[in-house]
Amino acid sequence: MSQEHNMRRVTAIRNGTVIDHIPAGQAMRVLEMLGINKRTSVPVSMVMNVPSKKMGTKDIIKVEDRELTQDELNRLALVAPDAHVAIIRAYSVAEKMTIELGEEVTNVVQCTFTNCITTNLREPLPHRLKVVSREPLELRCHYCGRPQDLEELVHNLL
Amino acid sequence: MSGLITMDDLSNEEILSILDDAERLLPVAKGETYLPLLQGKILGNLFFEPSTRTRMSFETAMKRLGGDVVNLGDVKTSSVVKGETLFDTIQMVDGYTDIIAMRHPRQGAAQYAQDAARVPILNGGDGAGHHPTQTMLDLFTIRQAHGTLEGLKVVLAGDLRYGRTVHSLSHALIRFGCELVFASPSLLKMPAEIVADLTNHGAKVVETEALLDSLDDADVVYMTRIQKERFADEDEYAKVAGAYKLHASNLDGAKENMIIMHPLPRVDEIHPSVDATRHARYFEQAFNGVVARMALLCRLLNIEVPANIPGGEA
Repeated sequence: MSQEHNMRRVTAIRNGTVIDHIPAGQAMRVLEMLGINKRTSVPVSMVMNVPSKKMGTKDIIKVEDRELTQDELNRLALVAPDAHVAIIRAYSVAEKMTIELGEEVTNVVQCTFTNCITTNLREPLPHRLKVVSREPLELRCHYCGRPQDLEELVHNLL
Repeated sequence: MSGLITMDDLSNEEILSILDDAERLLPVAKGETYLPLLQGKILGNLFFEPSTRTRMSFETAMKRLGGDVVNLGDVKTSSVVKGETLFDTIQMVDGYTDIIAMRHPRQGAAQYAQDAARVPILNGGDGAGHHPTQTMLDLFTIRQAHGTLEGLKVVLAGDLRYGRTVHSLSHALIRFGCELVFASPSLLKMPAEIVADLTNHGAKVVETEALLDSLDDADVVYMTRIQKERFADEDEYAKVAGAYKLHASNLDGAKENMIIMHPLPRVDEIHPSVDATRHARYFEQAFNGVVARMALLCRLLNIEVPANIPGGEA
């Protein structure tokens, strides 16, 4: 099945954002991380587990009438670091963006260690996880220093 | 350097230079010489959980150097019970003081406080995290006895799982090429990630359950308390704890200059018969908390310790 066929599973969008090459099965999580839920009023389409030359299978999300910002997209670094993002205007790709994992993941997720000072959500300083390794991804809490379990971490979205 | 949160905040050179300062400050710590280096400075003591030695030795250190101390007091009667965040508490104390010594039950609290404060924070223990001022006094005690920190064989015994003291100390000792022996019951072993971290840094680490077999070629034996509440039942505790008790008669084969240390309080792990041996160092170690903290207070407040102090070693 071709790439074109994948794209035709859902209609082309006039304006908005397409997030392609999401690891299969992670699309729901991506929506969650972007804060897209039942209260979101713009049309959103999603395909899951479609064939991909590069990845075997993958997920794709299209968000209409909304251009996601670089900051919003960077939140995805934890679950879809290699996703391709395109901003669509008048049915054509106006801009291509990549997800950037900086030195630190700030205010995206909360440290998974139950006795960390940041578990008191009334504490106002930002939640900061330092990127200590990219391949494989390894994060440590800036405050308590504990290494983070990535599987557990995605349940700790802020 | 802003505060002291973990031992990683200090280079080996800084550690040694602070220990040198501490050495010169000994007559001041003993009250033989009055040297008001910190006159006009105020230390905020923020102990969110109980502490005897750490809090008192910070207070003594500050006062011996002519400085003053304000205390948070009992957490139960402070604004903390009203739900004040650590951030807000720090904002307040930061305005009152020049430097803060803090202990908190939550891990990461010291770094959090440092990020919230303008004044330096001295971490006096954060949960099961770090306790770097204890490490500095431990290093001071070891160097005082052996004249060096390099290449010593150090046995750490007892509760290695929950003791933040032994975690910080292990990390510091391997930076000086020490060989470590971890002697503990299997339930209280040094956490695997710490052992991995140490060996990844090239450290020579041996793990054993047989403390008494490890004594003969040790330069330092660092005992810790095994807490009853870590065990499911009292019988199991009694069985395990018995193997981690030192009696003077166990020390016959020990090196002449081997020292026994303990962060205190001790319960049964060091029999009083050991107190009178040449190996016992735990009470000096507790006293060294004052001198090590004096040197740290000066360093963090950018106050130079004079090269010559009356009554001190040049």
